Amino acid sequence: MDKMPAWADATLVPLISLFLAAVLSAFVIMAIGENPIEALMLMVDGTLMRSSGWGYMLYYATNFMFTGLAVAVAFHARLFNIGGEGQALIGGLGVALVCLYIPWPHWSLAIIGASVGAALFGAAWAYIPAVLQAKRGSHIVITTIMFNFIAAAVLNYVLVNVLRPKGAQEPATGFFPDATALPSFFDMFATEGSRLFRNSPANITFFLALAACVAVWVLIWHTRLGYQIRAFGERESAAKYAGINPVRITVIAMLISGGLAGMMAINTTMGEAERLILNATEGAGFIGIAVALMGRSHPFGILLAALLFGFLYQGGAELALWTNIPRELIVVIQALVILFTGALDNMVRMPLERIFLVMRRTN
Amino acid sequence: MTLMQKFLGAAAALALTGGAALAEPALIYDLGGKFDKSFNEAAFNGAELFAAEGGSYRDIELQSEAQREQALRRFAEAGFNPVITTGFSIAPIMGEVALDYPDTKFVNIDGWLPEVPPNVQLIGFQEHQGSYLVGMMAAMASKTGTVGFIGGMDIPLIRHFGCGYAQGAKAVNPDIKIIANMTGTTPTAWNDPVKGSELTKAQIAQGADVVYAAAGGTGVGVLQTAADEGILSIGVDSNQNYLHPGKVLTSMLKRVDVAVYNSMKAGENLETGGFTVLGLAEEGVGYALDDNNAPLVSDEMKMAVDKAREMIIAGDLEVTAYYANDSCPAHQF
Repeated sequence: MDKMPAWADATLVPLISLFLAAVLSAFVIMAIGENPIEALMLMVDGTLMRSSGWGYMLYYATNFMFTGLAVAVAFHARLFNIGGEGQALIGGLGVALVCLYIPWPHWSLAIIGASVGAALFGAAWAYIPAVLQAKRGSHIVITTIMFNFIAAAVLNYVLVNVLRPKGAQEPATGFFPDATALPSFFDMFATEGSRLFRNSPANITFFLALAACVAVWVLIWHTRLGYQIRAFGERESAAKYAGINPVRITVIAMLISGGLAGMMAINTTMGEAERLILNATEGAGFIGIAVALMGRSHPFGILLAALLFGFLYQGGAELALWTNIPRELIVVIQALVILFTGALDNMVRMPLERIFLVMRRTN
Repeated sequence: MTLMQKFLGAAAALALTGGAALAEPALIYDLGGKFDKSFNEAAFNGAELFAAEGGSYRDIELQSEAQREQALRRFAEAGFNPVITTGFSIAPIMGEVALDYPDTKFVNIDGWLPEVPPNVQLIGFQEHQGSYLVGMMAAMASKTGTVGFIGGMDIPLIRHFGCGYAQGAKAVNPDIKIIANMTGTTPTAWNDPVKGSELTKAQIAQGADVVYAAAGGTGVGVLQTAADEGILSIGVDSNQNYLHPGKVLTSMLKRVDVAVYNSMKAGENLETGGFTVLGLAEEGVGYALDDNNAPLVSDEMKMAVDKAREMIIAGDLEVTAYYANDSCPAHQF
């Protein structure tokens, strides 16, 4: 079968999609009477031209990397895990319990403990839908969506009735002890004169997310388990014939996926807020789906897609701060990017493929 | 002095003079959004009133938790003063950020801090007192002896509203049946008119003929369904009587608009460093009476409610706050 070269598929298609989304967004901004060029300059200036902007972008990107990887791992087994949001919420509960009830001497130990707590809680939350899918055939899309709501209700109950400090109105835990505070980029990179990354939430969890990217890459393409996951995802009957246990693979893939989603909470809960709040994930679990789609379920693609969405989030905040563009419109711009890079992928790919084929023939 | 220090010094001087020239107030809305027809919109109305008198301000609708600190810092650094925020969620962050900007004044509505920095003012409302009054009116207007309460997200603040309401209703009729439902457990519960409408229908089926909505944007659905089904409803925060004239018994007013307007008006001379509690006595809460609901409110009702109002102000009548021991004497949530 004729195909276009891999480099074009991996770079040209997303870039053209992105360009189309940007053009359409420009029209939308023009339609409400703002200047799209100015808006873009503002987004670039607030995100890439100042170190605190980078700090916010990388902070958001850290969230999206974890949830994107979570969706990707499940997707390699052709399981559509929409429950990243709920798994991350429950992962946050794991982080909070670990930070509040274990007296950590130093953050380096605390982050290991919190990683284990977050991954265990997130994985446990993915376990039930996984077993229901594997043994009973209950569709994983439905059950994971439902588990998002159950997670929100559980967290609400625990925060309001158990973990809320006395006298406080807000459903949130108290602040974690100082020893669990993770070093931010400001602590790590700022020098006397430069004050890089001042007052921005990016923290050491970013490197944890990078490590997770590498780990997922090794797992999927360089281990026996990863091979089994991919084989199962490509064709279940063939995998079964080859002696791969579908129940086992479904459950393991979902456990890894849930664990990765849960680890997102280290960034928001331990790295930024330093306490568990009700709204700790704010949709990053769902953005993860778009990130995984755009990144073609490959860790490197996910890293790039997560950075792009981090840019859109931070750039959107700048627009909200300094222009009269309403926040709903910023969501529209983000949605256009998702639409073009995720859902309308073939719209760009097919004509592009034809062009490449014509070029090949003329050569 | 190195070049860098010179540069930083110049930048700081520029920022200071820039700040002195600007000194506009800034307003940060909570995640519910500016146009929720209720809490945040009341803040917006107060700011618009300030703008109508020739002032100018800048505002932002938050989209994510991480933006809370970002918006506070960016506004403070750009020289806006005072920086006003709505909703309790931002208060702990504001308490920390305020320490870095001693020359900027910060105001929060609904929040609570164990220690208030000298440049922070926290404004709270005695919602249970206002809810008590509308609870009395609900019980007096009810013919079935059953009244309903529909809350937004199930958090202590909303139980606080419901608790005052239940106490007021019980004060009029000790045998009254109170049905209380919460719309949900996630922040989407603040903006779910369809669910609000369903809950209203469910409460009507159980006999309720007056429902009180303390649910932000969800309340729009409650009021609509109540009007369609021919029962009475009670609005919240802003005066919502006009939404369905003759169908909305009254609205529990929470004068966020006044608090915002006054803070903006005071500008840099704003008094800070403590709590402002606005109750019935300060007219921070109350019930709405206008042409739209005048036919619904009988003289007897008005007399009883005004008497209770005076007794609460004088301290002869105490409405128990839900926060006092996280439970309500009049209703089990």
